Amino acid sequence: MSDVVLSVRDLRIAFDGVAAVRGLSFDVYEREVLAVVGESGAGKSLTARALLGMVPRGATTSGQIRLRGSDDLAALRGRRIALVPQDALSALSPVHAVGDQLAAAVRSVQRVSRRQARALAVAALDRVGIPDAGRRARAYPHEFSGGMRQRAVIAMAMVNEPDVVVADEPTTALDTERQEQVLRVLAEQREAVGAALVLVTHDMDAVRAHADRALVLYAGRLSELGPAPDVLERPRAPYTASLLASLPRYARGRRLLALPGSPPAPGALPAGCAFAARCPLAAGRCHTEEPEPADVDGRLVACHRTDDVPHPATDLFDFQEKQPA
Amino acid sequence: MSPSPLLDVRELVVRYGDFTAVDRVSFTLDAGETLALNGPSGCGKSSIALAIPQLRRPHSGEVLFEGRDLTELSERELRPLRPRMQLVFQDPYGSLSPRHRIRDAVAEPLKVQGRWNSADGPLRVAALLERVGLDPSYGDRLPHELSGGQCQRAGIARALASEPRLLILDEPVSALDPSVRAGVLNLLADLQDDLGLGYLFICHDPAVVRHFAHRVLEMRDGRLSAP
Ligand SMILES: Nc1ncnc2c1ncn2[C@@H]1O[C@H](COP(=O)(O)OP(=O)(O)OP(=O)(O)O)[C@@H](O)[C@H]1O
Ligand code: SF4
Ligand SMILES: [Mg+2]
Repeated sequence: MSDVVLSVRDLRIAFDGVAAVRGLSFDVYEREVLAVVGESGAGKSLTARALLGMVPRGATTSGQIRLRGSDDLAALRGRRIALVPQDALSALSPVHAVGDQLAAAVRSVQRVSRRQARALAVAALDRVGIPDAGRRARAYPHEFSGGMRQRAVIAMAMVNEPDVVVADEPTTALDTERQEQVLRVLAEQREAVGAALVLVTHDMDAVRAHADRALVLYAGRLSELGPAPDVLERPRAPYTASLLASLPRYARGRRLLALPGSPPAPGALPAGCAFAARCPLAAGRCHTEEPEPADVDGRLVACHRTDDVPHPATDLFDFQEKQPA
Repeated sequence: MSPSPLLDVRELVVRYGDFTAVDRVSFTLDAGETLALNGPSGCGKSSIALAIPQLRRPHSGEVLFEGRDLTELSERELRPLRPRMQLVFQDPYGSLSPRHRIRDAVAEPLKVQGRWNSADGPLRVAALLERVGLDPSYGDRLPHELSGGQCQRAGIARALASEPRLLILDEPVSALDPSVRAGVLNLLADLQDDLGLGYLFICHDPAVVRHFAHRVLEMRDGRLSAP
């Protein structure tokens, strides 16, 4: 494996003393695509933002995040690490032309003339497939379609050739056709720039198509981390298995597998494994002791009973009984 | 078969200035049925979603909801009907007011429609949040204090609080992780079975459409293409 470009150690993010991210450690390797998947509310977006030194107001953070050995993330933002957010409009200023915004991003990092910055900006827009980029650079974000806007944001993230790009559900707001196009552009650009990509997504097909490794989160902790094909084909954590089993392809009639209950709210965590109340394998130790990530089969798995996870893992689950209306 | 459909859209035309976004579109939707509307972005799906409850007045055509042509009704006449047709949008944060706590956002339709009482109102809100897989303690939060998927579920809970007959679901599950998505789709299927809700379901995920819809309409450039 190549070198570590970004390392996260014991990351904790809390609001009013209540931890939403609870001791997360992982590395991002040079030029890899690391998919971050997991339950809604698990802390994917908080973690993604923490990588850029951008946690929301009111949050307290501890632990260590180092990008090429430096922990001054705010200073590296836009330069060595950049964000592609879900909502392109929030990343672009409505009152400046798209090309000007890119050029400003270039000049904030590189010592180039206005003219050169402008040329770099237009080239970056061209590379992400914006037709007639020279002219379009003078347009405002609202004059772009959703797909073009998202491409422009990708261009903006890539323009200074960062080491790491973090994309938080970059295509959720687009239709499938455009989702695929935009993901492809993101993957190509990452490749061209030589950046690593941390891709937060709910789309398991995108994980399959683009990710080298997958990090699965549940209730603010690592559930499983390993090579994406292994994690998807043969999950070793029951939570990962439940995630895959709920895909429409495993539906029985009109019912999809949906775990009963909801994930614990931060601050209302049980004593043992946070997944225990919903886990078909929960027994004994699961209720008293939170599992720590351990090496299993060339990956990290946090589960006391990983050896009992069957193959195919979907066999773990019964389909949820209909709830009373 | 019900005698008249829940929704009967006839020759609907929606225009923005000179641009015709929806061009003579007709379809019906029965109670208890899910009709998916499929097509590339910009083809007019969301314009239809807005034109049915008359949030965007159509240029021409008829929208019969439970037998009444909504295009002929004034805003005042529409008001009591609106709760019966709820929209759920894709943008998880867009459907909730940023200043209202989740609990109040879900309670509001009950209050506005005079179905609130202090004894069982809060229980009803908690039950709705649980039905969408949200721990009721999230009721205390503001939208920006929730994750994207949590916010989307709160929006669905709010829509259900109105006890609608018709749900217009514009990409309702794309911000949700697979297991939460499965829970929400199961919930929608259960409600449909129990209460006979009709769903107009705008969704781009072919696997979800195949799984969830009874019928699919394909749209392109503002028109329905032949099935
Ligand atoms: N500003 C905030 N104040 C309080 N709690 C917050 C805040 N932002 C996030 N949280 C909580 O932190 C937890 C993690 O949120 P996060 O947005 O990281 O989830 P996520 O994994 O990205 O979920 P999704 O898939 O739904 O986007 C959630 O329980 C959320 O409610
Ligand atoms: S530790 Fe126990 S409860 Fe937690 S996932 Fe593993 S088997 Fe299930
Ligand atoms: Mg998120």
